Parts: sequence; C-alpha cells; structure tokens
Amino acid sequence: MPTVRLSFTPAPAHVRTARLVGVAVARKAGVSADLFDEIRLAVGEACSRAVELHRQQGLTDLVDVLIEDGEKFRIRVVDRAPIDAALGPVLPDLPDPATLLDQSPPLTSRAATPGGAELVPEEVVAVNMRLALLAGLVDEISVRPADDGRGTQVCMTWPTAASRGGGAGRP
Amino acid sequence: MELSLSTRTVAGRRVLDVGGEIDVYTAPQLRERLVALVEDGARQIVVDLSRVEFLDSTGLGVLVGALKRLRSVSGDLSLVCPRERLLKIFRITGLDGVFTIHDSVGAATSGTGEAGEPTAAG
Repeated sequence: MPTVRLSFTPAPAHVRTARLVGVAVARKAGVSADLFDEIRLAVGEACSRAVELHRQQGLTDLVDVLIEDGEKFRIRVVDRAPIDAALGPVLPDLPDPATLLDQSPPLTSRAATPGGAELVPEEVVAVNMRLALLAGLVDEISVRPADDGRGTQVCMTWPTAASRGGGAGRP
Repeated sequence: MELSLSTRTVAGRRVLDVGGEIDVYTAPQLRERLVALVEDGARQIVVDLSRVEFLDSTGLGVLVGALKRLRSVSGDLSLVCPRERLLKIFRITGLDGVFTIHDSVGAATSGTGEAGEPTAAG
C-alpha cells in the first residue's frame, strides 16, 4: 500500500511536481539528506521517461507515482505504454559519450522509436543520458511490467533510517 | 522555479547566463535561445550554469545538441559549472569528457586554457 500516490497527466510541466513530492516524502520517511539530490533527479528522469512514452504513443492516461515508506523507501513510476515501445528507449546500447558528437546517423537524421514516433537529435542524446543517470544514481533499480500488466514500471529503492539500523522507531 | 536566461558579451564571446531548473519542461526554452544565438552569428558561446539548481537528461541533450551545432560551423561551446552537484551529473554521464567545463566565466573567456589548469599569464 503506497504511503503517497500521485497521478498526473503526461505533461512535462508536472514532472517538477513529482520531483518535489518525491523528495518531500523521502524527508518525512527519514531518508538521509545526502540522497535527496539523487532522488530528485531519479524521480525526474523516470517521470520524464513516462511522459515521453505517453506522448510518443499518443496516450492521455495518467502517469502514476507510488511512494512507499516501508522498510525501505521505494518509488515506482508507472507508464501505460505498450511494453515493446517502453523497453526500446529504456534499454538502448549506451554509447560512449565521446561518440555523441561524431555519430552522424542517430544525431543528424531523426531516429525512430519502436512506437514509430521520431526523436530529434537532442532527444536521442537525452534518452541515452537518462539511462546513464538512472544506472549511475540508483543502486536498486528495475524496469518491469506494471503490476496490472499494462505498461511498465520503473522501481527504485533507497535505504531509510530504519533500514540503515539507525532508526529510533516510528513516531 | 522557472528558467531564467540572459545573454551578454565577454571578451568577444557570447555568454548565456542560465538560472533555475533545466528539465523536460524548461529545456525547450534553452534550446530555442541557443539556436537563436547561433543563427544570429554567435560562434563562441559560454553557457554559465552557476545559478542552475537542477539539470536533467533533457538539458544535457540540449547542451550536446548546441555543441554539435556550433562545431558544424567551426564554433565552440563551453560551460561554466562551479558546483559539485551539477558536475557530478556530467561525470556520471561521461559528458565531462565531451564539454570543456570551467569554474568561472572569467576562466571560460580568458583564453584557451582548460579549467583547473594554470593560465599562461604570470
């Protein structure tokens, strides 16, 4: 059962709201303040990914953010895009960043996504950087089918004071 | 916090001062401004990120796109980024090896030296 649940229309303007909520709940959950920047960025990246998938697929469904303050602090971001469309952008072969500048085909021509939408060069770079950031920032992350089978969920967990062994119990 | 953008010229280079948060919502504004600067003839652009509170992958994509656009017209783009929290993002993505990153606008506009290296003067 999520502690906090947020659903938003797939618009870029709402991604900031999700970041703010994620960090606010983390603070309340006793997550170390050292991790707030990481959580802010990771929630933003996961939500941006969901928003872009919905827009590429022409979906107006809400993006769900489920935040659980349990033994660990867990955030799940759930999209409703077809799974084959979702897995392409989230699991590309990560290029060496140095090649981003000379890579003519993906950057100067438009690259197609599995869903058929086209990405401008900046977006191609952003998709690759998003994966690098999520992999580099979050120790425990998985991407799997949504619980109800429709769409995918990015699941990220961080330790809380309780799971670090330093918790003094809940109020 | 919304994005703030302002431009000035320092030592013959166009400096774009960016403040606020660069994310999936605000990055298009940054992209438009950078494209406009290049179309107006700017070839040496310094993007000052000193007052940026947040930067995500969309923002990184815009910066890489601008660098690529400038290189294609024999120009260059460098960054000013004195804050560790943003530098970490460039390190994680490996983009610290793609961009020239300085710790101040003065360093970015004073010559060709890389950030952190002693200047030729003195």
